[in-house]
Amino acid sequence: MLEYLVRRVATILPTLLFVSMLIFGLQQLLPGDPAVILAGEERDPNVVAYLREKLHLDEPLPMRYVHWVGGVLQGDLGESVRSQQPVLELIVQKLPVTVELALLAMTIALVIGIPAGVVSAVGRGTAWDYAANVFALWGLSTPNFWLGILLILLFSVQLGWLPASGYVSPFEDLGANLAAMIMPAFVLGNAIAAVLMRHTRSAMLQVLSADYVRTARAKGLSERVVVLKHALRNALTPIITLGALELGTLLSGAVLTEQVFTIPGFGKLIVDSVFNRDYAVVQGVVLVTATAYIVLNLLADLAYFAVNPRLRS
Amino acid sequence: MKMFSCRVLSSLMLALAPFALQAQTLRVGLAEDPDVLDPTLARTFVGRIVFAALCDKLFDVDEKLNIVPQLATGYEWSADSKALTIKLRSGVTFHDGEKLDAAAVKFNLERHKTMPGSNRSGELRPVASVDVVDPSTVKLNLSAPFSPLLAALADRAGMMVSPKAAQAAGQNFGVKPVCSGPFKFVERVAQDRMVFERYAQYWDKDKVHFDKIVYTPVPDATVRLANLRSGQFDFIERVAPSDIEKLKSDAKLKVARITEIGYQGITINVGKSEIAQKHALGKDARVREAFELAIDRQGIVQVAMDNEATVGNQWVAPSNPYYAKNVPVPKRDVARAKALLKEAGIEKPSVTLITPTTSDAQRIALIVQAMVRDAGFDVKIQSTEFATSLNMADKGDFEAYVLAWSGRADPDGNLYSFDACKQPLNYAGYCVPEIDELLNKSRTLRDPAERKKVYEQIAARVLKDRPIIYLYHRNWLWAYTAKLGGVRNVPDGLLRVQGLKIN
Repeated sequence: MLEYLVRRVATILPTLLFVSMLIFGLQQLLPGDPAVILAGEERDPNVVAYLREKLHLDEPLPMRYVHWVGGVLQGDLGESVRSQQPVLELIVQKLPVTVELALLAMTIALVIGIPAGVVSAVGRGTAWDYAANVFALWGLSTPNFWLGILLILLFSVQLGWLPASGYVSPFEDLGANLAAMIMPAFVLGNAIAAVLMRHTRSAMLQVLSADYVRTARAKGLSERVVVLKHALRNALTPIITLGALELGTLLSGAVLTEQVFTIPGFGKLIVDSVFNRDYAVVQGVVLVTATAYIVLNLLADLAYFAVNPRLRS
Repeated sequence: MKMFSCRVLSSLMLALAPFALQAQTLRVGLAEDPDVLDPTLARTFVGRIVFAALCDKLFDVDEKLNIVPQLATGYEWSADSKALTIKLRSGVTFHDGEKLDAAAVKFNLERHKTMPGSNRSGELRPVASVDVVDPSTVKLNLSAPFSPLLAALADRAGMMVSPKAAQAAGQNFGVKPVCSGPFKFVERVAQDRMVFERYAQYWDKDKVHFDKIVYTPVPDATVRLANLRSGQFDFIERVAPSDIEKLKSDAKLKVARITEIGYQGITINVGKSEIAQKHALGKDARVREAFELAIDRQGIVQVAMDNEATVGNQWVAPSNPYYAKNVPVPKRDVARAKALLKEAGIEKPSVTLITPTTSDAQRIALIVQAMVRDAGFDVKIQSTEFATSLNMADKGDFEAYVLAWSGRADPDGNLYSFDACKQPLNYAGYCVPEIDELLNKSRTLRDPAERKKVYEQIAARVLKDRPIIYLYHRNWLWAYTAKLGGVRNVPDGLLRVQGLKIN
């Protein structure tokens, strides 16, 4: 297992290096001169020239990459040309927000998705199964922004229970923080719950028809133990993979949901930066997101060991 | 029992106390997140809304676009119009306690002119030097007469920042700006909020009735409105025109509408690149005239803007004192448009219309496409992300382009950069020496009547050449709680916080 772990960790560095090149390279394909966009409405030629120099736009591409990576290695991700704030500071501001939203959404997704999947697999063909399937269909086919706006209209405008948007730090006021996060977390969690439910259901169905489950039942084990200990645990492997991928996606920012609920997270930051051609911010955020993805995948791999003893040998 | 109800009442009052305090905070929903909060470097319209609370200017504009003093108390032009002497208000301090005097003004104007990346240097280009006459008087020496200068000083070029703070912060001043406005900077979380608190030593403090202002960018108009209706905002800017009808029936909210100083129009490549000579619209002024005649502006305003705009055919709205009445808004005339196309020998001209992906621009493109089809035009719409479309416009890689301008208080700001030869915003590539001469002449005249005459001459020619077909002037639509009083409808679309009060 140790050897496996070392091998996995060793692949991280070259992967990150490749990702950094990809981020940098792909961004250059964006049409439009960043200096022209950043120069604002007036587009004073002196300002354009100044920005071009400041952003090293006159230098050849490899040199610009070296500038950037050199900074990154020293912990300097550059500075937003639009707001003058250091990229690292922006990331430090946004990351906790996105992480909190992601974790809340994932919790909601897990709490709804896995039990629903198990119930519908165990009670295949019953009313429970149909109800869970209808829920999944609804979750998958409801666009986030639409559900978000409907929730705002109901809970904020009509009932006045929850704030329509905005973000309060949990360290400032935990109640206000949860009040602000619950709707966006539900919107995101709802869609993922549907995916998780579908996958849990099919994995469970497969496992439930396996020989060892029949053996377990023949041994006289209670249905509860059969389902939760023998079946679910074996069905979890694909669900962990899926969960890690979904969590990675959540960490890269839920653009539409953040937009609707005005949650100042990664999604909003990256979209605004792309439209404003604020290269340093885009690069910094994508790099952090990519790192999060890689780390999460590693953690998912490790989680397989935890649930599947056969892998440990 | 009585005792109990007393206790309940007092604890209720205690519980409500924070709300009473909260009433002193003005919460404003913005349509975008502003860029850097340094008046020298700032580039966005939305940034100017925020600056209105943070940074006072030498001059301001009023509801009728008159230039009125703010940090200045008066001004005087020299006889040759090449020197402007400004008297400053006494007793004004910056948020760090530093004095605002003539030396500070000189520092600021020089900072605007020389700081690397300054967006103000163009606006102040004619200012050759600044003299401190005495602590409350500055003299701006101009290289040539420049009448739009006052309007520039009534915008970001006239904003004064603390020299001490600016020198200490250098290029990063915008992260924590120190100005002399009614509110001082507390914190900013990008894309989340900007918090300012009342500046106790503000020179006009009797007009400031809030302790705090929080600006929150909420890009989605529906969500912005939902926040207002649920009581989380007191004021929102740029309400979607389609929401106005609903708002009228809501007694708890008020709506303000002001005709903007900018415009929405279609820029035509008449000389920016060789494409100009290859497409019918760029090549032949008659085809452009036919295009304009085939458009029904009122129809566009009705469909694209839910009637929340004023039809116009010039760089300023018809209500503006500088509107050239000799060139009125033309009526739609499809028969004449067809005749013109026949005369030009191109009866079915095809046009590629580039449009940014904003919903306004898209709707305009679709409506124009349908309208001009009646005259024989075949319009292909090419929807392009804004940054890319701008790049194409800059390179002249377009035939026609739907483009708006947020506008400046002085007509020169809506005209010169677009129609004078080789100017940065002249995407049309329009270049006519006589027009350049007239544009330069208009800058030397201070008498509004004389300036207007020159603008009429410019209109007579430019509106015939049609480098830009002006369509309409949007209404700035604001919505706010009915309890909020003192809202001033200034056409620049910026919320003045002085005088605002919760009733």
